Amino acid sequence: MSGGMLQSVTAVARRDLLLALRLRTDLLTIVFFFAIVVSLFPLGVGADPAMLHTIGPGVVWVAALLASMLALSRLFSGDFADGTLEQLVLAGEPLAALAFAKVIAHWLATGLPLVVLSPLLGLEFGLDGRALWVLAASLAIGTPVLSLLGAIGAALTLGVRGGGALTALLVLPLYVPVLIFGAGAVSAASQGMQVGGHLSVLGALLFAAIALAPWAQAAAIRIALE
Amino acid sequence: MLEAHEISCSRGNRDLFRQMSFRVEEGALLRIHGANGSGKTSLLRMIAGLSPVESGRIAWQGRTLPELGDEYTKQLAFVGHANALKAYLSPRENLRAALAVQGVRVSDSALREALEEEGLGRIADVAVQRLSAGQQRRVALVRLALSRSRLLWILDEPFSSLDDSAVKRFSERLSRHTQDGGIVVYTTHQNIPIDAPTSVLELA
Repeated sequence: MSGGMLQSVTAVARRDLLLALRLRTDLLTIVFFFAIVVSLFPLGVGADPAMLHTIGPGVVWVAALLASMLALSRLFSGDFADGTLEQLVLAGEPLAALAFAKVIAHWLATGLPLVVLSPLLGLEFGLDGRALWVLAASLAIGTPVLSLLGAIGAALTLGVRGGGALTALLVLPLYVPVLIFGAGAVSAASQGMQVGGHLSVLGALLFAAIALAPWAQAAAIRIALE
Repeated sequence: MLEAHEISCSRGNRDLFRQMSFRVEEGALLRIHGANGSGKTSLLRMIAGLSPVESGRIAWQGRTLPELGDEYTKQLAFVGHANALKAYLSPRENLRAALAVQGVRVSDSALREALEEEGLGRIADVAVQRLSAGQQRRVALVRLALSRSRLLWILDEPFSSLDDSAVKRFSERLSRHTQDGGIVVYTTHQNIPIDAPTSVLELA
């Protein structure tokens, strides 16, 4: 990465993080959504420890997935509306790198808080210490994949009325492998089984998403701006 | 030199312009006139490389835009209808971020000077959402002024929302840019005299 590109990428990520800090209510909405959805399940299904232990990993992962989707529609739409996206295209640096910077900032603002909060919420389902660590680790690897894939959908639906729902339709099928291996890792950990395979697949998905998704996002942004 | 050769643009079944050609040399302005919907913005976006050229070609220094890629975009500065400002950031924060993204290094003192020169010193740290439309436009034009290393300026209605003194200052800015060898291509509905060799492109 050249010095100029690094400067541009850092500037994009820093601006988005600063904006996220200014709009803290948006971040709190996502965190509260995650916490409330996860916490409602024990109230709804009853306090049977065995059942909670079984459904816990899936519930936390599905809630994280839905919370991650909440913020997707705003990932590029603000920049599209206020003209910033045009400036990114004309910055003279690879658009894929700048889109990647936006996704990093998006994940730091919306995904990382979910990772940090997840062990606490996992306690509601009676997960043991090892399972809680695996829960946090699987979300730390998996939620960036969700952000990278979700950003493709967000870019493809720029300027489309009802884009949020369309984004969900586009990206949910892509989220399924992440959900299966993420929740699967936590289930395996809670049953005392090895989790290396699950986490390795999640890691492979992350590397594939890092390598490919920014190019797709850049192409979608260019199409939207035409 | 910026050159367009027999370019055409249509929207749906309607031709906005057909087989249009023009050339702008260094140190000159191209003013694009036309009624609403005549294709002024579409033409600017083609020149900026934001929209594909449907037919014909646009060349910069003798090479077409697809050939040049980022080499071309590094030499142009664009101000569109939207000001590319973040409502929750201040003018100073907006400019610092936007210039850093473009790879333009500006010291704090140069940024302060540029804002003060444009009469924005007192509101440099006020959130953009609290500024008037004219003040927001002036912040966008400060970004342009600080991007003077970029040779080609492409501006969509740059004078919109500006008061008389801001129009005068910006006209002088455009004149200086052309004196430094820059090229300006802009659309406007106003007939504002600018001290620079100017050609006019009329879109029907």
